[in-house]
Amino acid sequence: MVQRVTYSLDFEKPMLELEHKIEELKGLANKEGLDFNEEISRLQSRLKKLEEETLAHLTPWQKVQLARHPNRPKSLTLVHLIFDDFLPLHGDRLYSEDQAIIGGLARIEEERVVFIGHQKGESIKDNLSRNFGMAHPEGYRKAHRLMNLAEKLHRPILTFIDTPGAYPGIEAEERGQAEAIAANLERMSQLQVPILVIIIGEGGSGGALGIGVGDRILMLENAVYSVITPEGCAAILWKNQEKVEEAAKALRLTSQDLFNLGLIDEIIPEPRGGAHKDPEQTALNIKERIIKHLEELKKISPTEVVEKRYKKYRGIGKFKRG
Amino acid sequence: MGWLERTYNKIKRGKKTIDIPDGLWTRCTGCGQTVYNKNLKENLKVCPECGYHFYLGAEERIEITLDKDSFVEYDSKVNSGDPLSFPGYKEKLIKGEEKTGLDEAAVIGEGEIGGKPIVIGVTDFGFMGGSMGSVVGERITITTEKAIDKRRPLLIISGSGGGARMQEGVISLMQMAKTSAAIAELKKQGLLYISLLTNPTMGGVMASFASRGDIIIAEPGALLGFAGPRVIKQTIKQQTPEGFQRSEFLLEHGIIDMVVERGKIRSTLIKILDFALS
Ligand SMILES: [Zn+2]
Repeated sequence: MVQRVTYSLDFEKPMLELEHKIEELKGLANKEGLDFNEEISRLQSRLKKLEEETLAHLTPWQKVQLARHPNRPKSLTLVHLIFDDFLPLHGDRLYSEDQAIIGGLARIEEERVVFIGHQKGESIKDNLSRNFGMAHPEGYRKAHRLMNLAEKLHRPILTFIDTPGAYPGIEAEERGQAEAIAANLERMSQLQVPILVIIIGEGGSGGALGIGVGDRILMLENAVYSVITPEGCAAILWKNQEKVEEAAKALRLTSQDLFNLGLIDEIIPEPRGGAHKDPEQTALNIKERIIKHLEELKKISPTEVVEKRYKKYRGIGKFKRG
Repeated sequence: MGWLERTYNKIKRGKKTIDIPDGLWTRCTGCGQTVYNKNLKENLKVCPECGYHFYLGAEERIEITLDKDSFVEYDSKVNSGDPLSFPGYKEKLIKGEEKTGLDEAAVIGEGEIGGKPIVIGVTDFGFMGGSMGSVVGERITITTEKAIDKRRPLLIISGSGGGARMQEGVISLMQMAKTSAAIAELKKQGLLYISLLTNPTMGGVMASFASRGDIIIAEPGALLGFAGPRVIKQTIKQQTPEGFQRSEFLLEHGIIDMVVERGKIRSTLIKILDFALS
């Protein structure tokens, strides 16, 4: 494992400070042979209370920050923790290899799936080659190719969503970013193999949906999914970046919001404090759900799976009947 | 499916405020010249001096595209709610109604072009930027399914600079998947889909049904693309090249089939329909 820099968010800092203090005291106690037990247990109960208060009342904006946490486990980390075997495949056969989207053949215990996922970088250098998880059209076209492969091999598709959005750049527009995403939406609606979608971090609008149409949509507890970033929303609505907290709230982008709106099927719990506190446990939680949902989805016939998916999306929309 | 068909002129419409202004003349956005409104109207709201294509509302668009009196509107029986209680949304819906006289940003129905029967959907930039929320998504889906039922070609005319409607959050995003599923089904059934792109069409509408016509036509100079020019400038931290994301740029990059000036769109559609239908 590469040594990673530990980042902390503003609201994590008071808890981290307490944790450090406890560690310090424990070290001191060991070294000097002194008894700090009373002080340590006092700090531990303070930490517990602080954690409970902070974590139970995370605001939508704090969840956005957690979803974007630099130390949050990304697709590849989870791939290695969840899959028993993974053979990466590359390229869109048209223009290039886009490292912002990864994919390949995966095995989880007895299940074989075609995996597709956004990949954010683990370091500045890695992020430059992965474009911070923002795919160009070739990323979506590679995904399209892998979807066709899954259909041919009669294997379910599993996708991990984690992107700020599809890349907004000149070359992306020149090569038809909108068309590449739209083509995937059409393709995914017609695939006869089951599609399981898991939002593991940031679900950034059309760039997320481009590999995000499925029979079951699951979401990690602190992941977010939104039609626009809170920053973008605040800029349009209030012409004011300081309103991001309000925007994050208005957009209903948390897993709980989306579950209540009936737009996702299940929330996958994260370890205390967020997925980055314990990637192994996070992976275990995800793996358990993958196996459960694949087992259920496998029982549905290929034609029925397409019909059910069509019906599911056909029914999304909230209106006044007139 | 529970929609009714009503004749176009029977549907209640409010008063529009963004038609050509009441005065005698308009200053052209394209060339800055003053143009007589009478001339502008006769010229399908294209500047006679520079060819700038002015905004057309959905009703005007239907009027200049379909055969006279052939349009029958589908009543989708749905109106916009405010499912997220989003700040300012209700007011924006009312403003959209006042501006366009429409109850939402999409009008759907059927009619004929050169005697050829088609099914049509039009989004109107005047109503909240033509953005797609639940109602627009539902109407585009209904009209696509109608085309499937009636085995008619589908024409969708997009004027949707607003993309997926922010005020309905992920519900709007999912309309991209919903409309795309209907379009995919139409194509599977072997039916023709023509997409006509007008100024501006961006974001979630461009990244779903608008950019996936079997044949894609754009009006000259329309702003068309995925990401907004402002977002792109912010991201790349430099100016975008001249003509970027305009119809002619998309033609050059192989994204659309043709750029057709407004006066020739009807005859072009007739040619395509003549070719497609026996
Ligand atoms: Zn002019």
